Amino acid sequence: MELSVNGSKIFCYTGGKAFDAAKPTAIFIHGVLNDHSVWVLQTRYFAHHGWNVLALDLPGHGKSSGDPPVSVEAAADFVLALMEAAALDKAALIGHSFGALVALETAARAPQRVSQLALVGAAYPMKVSPVLLEASQNDPEKAIALVNTFSHATLAPPPSALGPGTWLYGSSRALMRRVLASNPRVNVFHTGFKACDSYAAGDAAMHKVTAPTLFVLGRQDQMTPPKAAQSLVKAAQRGTVAMVPGGHQMMLEAPEAVLAALRDFLTP
Amino acid sequence: MPGYSDPGFDTLALHAGAAPDPATGARAVPIHLSTSFVFESSEHAAALFNLERAGHVYSRISNPTNAVLEQRVSALEGGVGAISTASGQAALHLTIATLMGAGSHIVASTALYGGSQNLLHYTLRRFGIDTTFVKPGDIDGWRAAVRPNTKLFFGETVGNPGLDVLDIATVSAIAHEAGVPLLVDSTLTTPWLLKPLEHGADLVYHSATKFLSGHGTVIAGIVVDGGSFDWAASHAASGKFGELAEPYDGFHNMVFTDESTVGAFLLRARREGLRDFGACLSPHSAWLVLQGIETLGLRMARHIDNTAKVVEFLASHPFVARVGHPLLESHPSHALAQKLLPRGAGSVFSFDLKGSRTQGKAFVDALQVFSHLANVGDCRSLVIHPASTTHFRMSDEALAAGGITQGTIRLSIGLEDPADLLEDLKRALRAAEKAGV
Repeated sequence: MELSVNGSKIFCYTGGKAFDAAKPTAIFIHGVLNDHSVWVLQTRYFAHHGWNVLALDLPGHGKSSGDPPVSVEAAADFVLALMEAAALDKAALIGHSFGALVALETAARAPQRVSQLALVGAAYPMKVSPVLLEASQNDPEKAIALVNTFSHATLAPPPSALGPGTWLYGSSRALMRRVLASNPRVNVFHTGFKACDSYAAGDAAMHKVTAPTLFVLGRQDQMTPPKAAQSLVKAAQRGTVAMVPGGHQMMLEAPEAVLAALRDFLTP
Repeated sequence: MPGYSDPGFDTLALHAGAAPDPATGARAVPIHLSTSFVFESSEHAAALFNLERAGHVYSRISNPTNAVLEQRVSALEGGVGAISTASGQAALHLTIATLMGAGSHIVASTALYGGSQNLLHYTLRRFGIDTTFVKPGDIDGWRAAVRPNTKLFFGETVGNPGLDVLDIATVSAIAHEAGVPLLVDSTLTTPWLLKPLEHGADLVYHSATKFLSGHGTVIAGIVVDGGSFDWAASHAASGKFGELAEPYDGFHNMVFTDESTVGAFLLRARREGLRDFGACLSPHSAWLVLQGIETLGLRMARHIDNTAKVVEFLASHPFVARVGHPLLESHPSHALAQKLLPRGAGSVFSFDLKGSRTQGKAFVDALQVFSHLANVGDCRSLVIHPASTTHFRMSDEALAAGGITQGTIRLSIGLEDPADLLEDLKRALRAAEKAGV
């Protein structure tokens, strides 16, 4: 479905089911240079099991218009505005990587409006190496190659988002290229990395969150290794951790384990 | 497994898609000869059918052995995923039937495998899909052939059998200007020689019967999606790709471009094409192709080395009128091949004997190491006379357009000791000369 948020058209994938105001809603927020499609398996499941699903394309990414958020804080404001546009008092927030920081900051700004918070592949601080920051701006193809290599942990992934026969290195690279090309005005790769790198309020935000919080961490994650989430885990008031066998793109590399973790956590 | 850099070609050829079997520890890929796969529960069954969870249901749609092959070829080509099929022809048909129906139009190269030419020129016309054929090097011709209902451009990396090299970057740019994808048959080059997706092709397919399997044991095909073509954007501009960008009531009203930003084609091809047309690959055949791919790099290097020696020998032989290999400066695609195919332009090529049709037959019959049969890409060296076999349905005019004469001989150079190949050819050329006396 399409929502109008701050004058921008925002695409939200609903998992194959129409939005139903009577159901609880889960908002899925993707990471840098990704879009809604990284969540396709998990979102289809929840859409068919009692939830409204809004898997969004962030502004200026993929099928959504508008300016891409320049900071985690700006992205959190956007998520709250999106909840207004969808007339949602409360929602579960599930974020991946940069999207996890966005979900965290949103939950800190409006703790009473977040029923559950799931942080997938989260780290704080989420520093981006100067080499990668520079490459994301001046040599995006090189940066995509680096990120792609660091984001996958196996040459033999299980059946994934496109079903059996999916080659995740190739699909992740194609998606990053597509999302980068989707915005001819702003380099959303560099903008996203800068937002991750400059976010300085993670621990403080985590202290403010009152909702149950799940950390889904990939054992082989080289982008946001599990140890890099520990300060957030310690700061969480109601935190639990689920370790899954995968790298940073764990929704795609370990779709069943990520689903199981989220399914146990997300009870309407 | 992956570290600081992407795995190389030979590593992927051995490892992509395959981990030791978790149930048994088997290191080689198991052959899963099972039509169906047990559901954990009724809920698991429903979730699999509804694409909420990924897994195997029925081997016409997917199979664990085939999935390894699909991941491996995708890895070697640099694609997002693949679908293995019963043959190369099935891969071509699946691709076309996924993208279009009656009333659609294709622009295709004239230099095609005879089977592909049959499908486009005769059979698909019966189903309302029309094709305009363009010489692969006629760049203006590709552009001029576009019609409002054109849905696809199609060519071979090196056209069969004249080895016209397709200028993939230029032709794909014209296709993209027209809002349609470029499909490339990469059978004769394999990803070891050329990765079409890196040059602008959107979809690549193989007759895996040939070099990928490499041993002349199996019929198989595979189509790889590069994930580069934006079906949704093209459909928004032209309305051409409703099959991918509009709700499909044959599968939960799914909008494939919403489900997957970069894999919509594969979703529909598997969920509709394999389901309904059913040209799936046997897992045993998939395993044979995998076995071949494990040594693809080693074999291709030897194919190419042997070919260079044979081309050099034939080009200097007094009874040979023409050798059609881009290695030679006389070949019209020589410069393009140097650029696109620096490792070599393949080991399948044709040459023309000086002499009559009878002398051509005498040549083929005198060969002892080369096998006279209808295939290419075997580890054994092969020979055939296209005008009387693979291309016999084509008119003289159409043959000429494809660079074939009545005296053309096609060779597929294998992995034998090169000295034995040269000796065999020498003996057969002598026999052909004598047959003319």
